[in-house]
Amino acid sequence: MYRYIIKRILALIPILLGVTFIVYAIMSFQPGDPARTLLGTGATEASIQQLRQEMGLNDPFIVQYARYIWNLLHGDMGISYVTGNDVSFEVFSRFPNTVILAIGAIVFAVAVSIPIGIISATKQYSAFDNIGMIIALLGVSMPSFWLGLMLILLFSVHLGILPSGGMQNGFWSLILPSITLGAESMATITRTTRSSMLEVIRQDYIRTARAKGVPERKVIIKHSLRNALIPTVTVTGIEMGALLGGAILTETVFSWPGMGRLLIDSIGNQNTPVVLGCLVIFAICFCIVNLIVDILYAYIDPRIKAQYK
Amino acid sequence: MKRQASEISRKYKKKNQFVDVMVRISKNKMAVLGLIIVIIMVLTAIFADVIADYDDVAIKQNMAIRLQKPSAEHWFGTDEMGRDIFARIVHGTRISLYVGAISVGISLLFGGFLGAVAGYYGGKIDNGIMRVLDVFLAIPAMLLATAIVTALGSSMINLLLAVGIASVPGFARVTRASVLTVRDQEFIEAARAIGAKDSTIILTHILPNCLAPLIVQCTLRIGKAIVFTASLSFIGLGIKQPTPEWGAMLSGSREFIRDNPHMVLFPGLAIMLIVLALNVLGDGLRDALDPKLK
Repeated sequence: MYRYIIKRILALIPILLGVTFIVYAIMSFQPGDPARTLLGTGATEASIQQLRQEMGLNDPFIVQYARYIWNLLHGDMGISYVTGNDVSFEVFSRFPNTVILAIGAIVFAVAVSIPIGIISATKQYSAFDNIGMIIALLGVSMPSFWLGLMLILLFSVHLGILPSGGMQNGFWSLILPSITLGAESMATITRTTRSSMLEVIRQDYIRTARAKGVPERKVIIKHSLRNALIPTVTVTGIEMGALLGGAILTETVFSWPGMGRLLIDSIGNQNTPVVLGCLVIFAICFCIVNLIVDILYAYIDPRIKAQYK
Repeated sequence: MKRQASEISRKYKKKNQFVDVMVRISKNKMAVLGLIIVIIMVLTAIFADVIADYDDVAIKQNMAIRLQKPSAEHWFGTDEMGRDIFARIVHGTRISLYVGAISVGISLLFGGFLGAVAGYYGGKIDNGIMRVLDVFLAIPAMLLATAIVTALGSSMINLLLAVGIASVPGFARVTRASVLTVRDQEFIEAARAIGAKDSTIILTHILPNCLAPLIVQCTLRIGKAIVFTASLSFIGLGIKQPTPEWGAMLSGSREFIRDNPHMVLFPGLAIMLIVLALNVLGDGLRDALDPKLK
C-alpha cells in the first residue's frame, strides 16, 4: 500500500510542474509590460528598462519560469501590483475562506446525493426515483451562478431568512453559497450513486444475502453500499476539483471573500502576479485533492490494495 | 455496374443506420422532448431577426420604457436600458448556439486528432500525448478557460478558443478509447495489407467507426460550452454588454434583482432549458447508439 502511495506522490511531481508551466505560459501571453504598469504612465524609458532588468523580464521565458518555480518553492510568489503586499500573503489570507466554502459545498452534495441515490436505486421507477432524477438533471443543467441568484431572490429578498452575501453571519452565511456551489456535484453524485447501486443490487451475492434471510436494511447498507460507493468516491473527488473552478462564480455572486473573488478582482486590476498566484494555487489544490482521492480509492477498493501487497 | 451496386448498398446502409437510431430515440420520451427543444432553439437562432429586430429592439436603448415588468407588449419585460428582454434572449440563442457549436468544433478537431493519433500509433506517441493531456486535465476547465481569456483578452474569438481548448483533453480521451477498440479489428488489418496509408486508415476506416461516442460527447459538450460562455460573460471575461449574451445579461441584472426579478429569471431559464435539452438528448443518443442496448 505504501508503495502505491509513494508512486502516486512521485507521479504528482511532473504533473505539478506541467500544470504550473501551462498556467505560467498562458499568463505570459498577457499583453502589456509589467514594468510599465508598476511605474505608471509618467515613467521614463530608461527607468522602465532598468526595472525590467531587475525583475528579470529580459531573460528567456524558460529562465523566468524556472525562477518562478524556485521562488514558489520558497513561498515567494511576487508582489501585488495593487497593494504592494506579498502575493503569497494575499492568496493564503483568502485561501481558508475558499476551503470553507468548498467543504460546505461537498458536505451538502454528499449528504443530499447519497441518500437520494440509494433510495432511487432501491425504489427504481417509483415517484421518489423520478423526482430524484429530475432534480439531478436540473442540477446538472442549471448554471450555478443563476441558481445562486435565484436562492438570493427566494431566501434573502422574499423570505429574508438568510444573508445574501459576505461571511459576517458565520454558519448562516455559508448555507446559500454551499448549496449553489454544491448543486452540480450533488446532481452528478446522485446519478453515479444510483447507477452503481443499481448495478450492485443485481449481483448474485446480494441475492444470496437476501436468500439467507439478511434484513433488507443490512443488505443495502452493509452488502450493497460498500461496493456501490467505490465509483461514488471517485466522482466525489473529481467534483471536489470542479468545485474549485466553480468557486470563482459562487464567490462572485455571494461576495464571498475567497480566492475566486480575489482572482476576478485581480483580473480586473490587471494584477498579474496575484492572478498567476491564484491560478497556480487553485491548480495545485486540484492535483492534491486528486491525489488524496486516489489514495482513498486504494483503501476502499481491495483490488488496488491486492496489487501492491 | 458493380460500383453502382456498392454505392446503392452503402447509401441504403447509411440511411438504414440513421433510421434505426431515430427509431430508437423516438422510443425515449425525454430524448424526443430534448430533440424538439433543440430544434426549436436552432430555428429561433436562425430566424432571430424575423422574430425581433436586432438593432431596434434588442440593442437600442429606450429609457422611457426601462425596467418594465412582463406584459403583453414586452413578454419578458424590459431591462435597465429599456431593451426588450425577450428579443435579447432570442438573439442570445444565436450567440450561445454559435459559441457552443464552434467551440465544440475546435475541441473535436484538436481533441479528435490527438486522440486518434494516440490511439492508432500507441506506444511512445500515445504515452507522450496522453501525459501532456493529463497535465491539462489536472487544471479545472473553468480555470483554464479563465486563464486563457485573461491572457488573450476578452473577444469572441478568444472566448471560442478558451472554451474550445478547455474541452480538448476530454475529446482526446474519448476518441482514443474508441480508436483502441477499432484499430485491431480485421478490416483495419485488411486495409493495411492492401497498402492503405495511415492517414487514409484513420480518416476513412477508423474514425467513421468511432462516431457514436463522439456524437454523444459533442451533444453533451455543447451544453457545457454554453454554460462556460455564460459563466465567463457573467464574471466579465466573455462577451460584453450590449451584446445580448445570456451570461452578460445575468451579470448586468444582478443589481436589479430586488425589484426586477424578471431580469434575472428569464436569461437563466433560457440557459437551463437549452442545456437540459442537450443533456437529455445526449443521454438518449448514447442509449440509441449503444450496440449493447439494441
